[in-house]
Amino acid sequence: MLTITDLHASVADKPILKGLSLTINPGEIHAIMGPNGAGKSTLGYTLGGRPGYEVTGGSATLDGADLLELEPHERAAAGLFLGFQYPVEIPGVSFVQFLRESANAQRKSRGEEPLSGAEFLKLAREKAALLKMDMEMLKRPVNVGFSGGEKKRAEMVQMGILDPKLAILDETDSGLDIDALRICGEGINAIMRKPEKSVLLITHYQRLLDYVKPDFVHVLAGGRIVKSGGPELALTLEERGYEAVEGAGA
Amino acid sequence: MTVETLPTRAAEDWRYADVEALKALWPIAAPELVTVPAGGSFSRTILQTGGGVTRLSLVLESKATAVVHILNAGGPYARVEVDVLLHEGADFTLGGAQLAGEGETVEIVTTVTHAQPNATSRQLVRSVAAARGVASYLGKVKVERGADGTDGEQSVRAMLLDRTATANARPELEIYADSVKCAHGCAVGELDANGLFYLASRGVPPAQAKALMLSAFVAEAFDGAEEGDNLQAHAQALLEKALLEGKA
Repeated sequence: MLTITDLHASVADKPILKGLSLTINPGEIHAIMGPNGAGKSTLGYTLGGRPGYEVTGGSATLDGADLLELEPHERAAAGLFLGFQYPVEIPGVSFVQFLRESANAQRKSRGEEPLSGAEFLKLAREKAALLKMDMEMLKRPVNVGFSGGEKKRAEMVQMGILDPKLAILDETDSGLDIDALRICGEGINAIMRKPEKSVLLITHYQRLLDYVKPDFVHVLAGGRIVKSGGPELALTLEERGYEAVEGAGA
Repeated sequence: MTVETLPTRAAEDWRYADVEALKALWPIAAPELVTVPAGGSFSRTILQTGGGVTRLSLVLESKATAVVHILNAGGPYARVEVDVLLHEGADFTLGGAQLAGEGETVEIVTTVTHAQPNATSRQLVRSVAAARGVASYLGKVKVERGADGTDGEQSVRAMLLDRTATANARPELEIYADSVKCAHGCAVGELDANGLFYLASRGVPPAQAKALMLSAFVAEAFDGAEEGDNLQAHAQALLEKALLEGKA
């Protein structure tokens, strides 16, 4: 699914990722944990193609396609979904309008027929219900006036509608109360835990992993993966902190 | 205002005009004069999408109301002038959107005179300028002696799609009365890069993402317009055309 090899990336000429390698197979859920400044969000943005995140070496492929050669919207059409830590507000543009354009732009680039208004609304209603979100909220401007928790649930609704192959979720758990955390976790499982799909969870804490059980956990520090293990690694990190584990891994 | 000879850019109201292009349109027609009787109402939609000069002059008798909506675009030069005289308690609202495509000059010029007390006026103008395009708004509000209780408001915003695009906003207040409220706000900016990346990350191609955001930006000008949907559809088509052609 996703193969990252010796990836180097800089932001404003400052190297952040320094030789990161990671392989995610179909059906797997991986979690990347790490201290502040380790490069976790940079990894998400670099794979998503955000302007200002410059790749200086290495490669990243999605099902064999060179991800780094594609424009951000082409990466989405290729099956990548990036869940934002801070979803962006877009005044005047409704979720329904935005998501229908998104879904149909992706379908068009894959040579599929566009969804009709009725087909799209049916799909949106179904995914909103999955995340216990009132359909009326999707008629409002994108993320404007939404609480932190509502924004994250709306991200998961988008993921459900766009139906990606690979989701990279950047701190989806931040800013969530206990109920919203559970709803988002169950949403991720319902949408993405399938043999042909994969997830990369970027997080600081164990708590999301109580709901979305990862198959692999990696520790990112200094722009590289310094330790990998099973789900038990997240528990060890929670108990002993990053410093102890990084020290052991180095 | 009557213009009998071809103006030059030394004239305040023509300082941002494309005088060369204006020559081709010369002579321009005198303003259409409309008097709205006391207590009456008037509304007008000015849809000028192929360039040209449109001029409207309104007199609102006491407690009359008027609403004007404008979509102004097209090259090489498109200008809309609206001149309004307000008597006691009259109310005037203008919502204008304009688009300067590549190398085009567009402008909206308003003069609102509060001649008597307690009249209200609002002008909201949203401009978009592509490469080497110039979009200007010149908005004058005059409050004459004794026109107390005047409430005037201007909201002017412009979006530049390229480093070579220009937006001019010139609010001008001439106030000769006490106890007057006149507010104006003005901002010139570029499309939010975070918003564009967010849309792209969901699969929306760049030109379409910009059209979506700009269409929301100009939509404010058509709030409450009788022909709002029609204006919005025209604006959207013009924006998409400008973005695809100009690769802005």
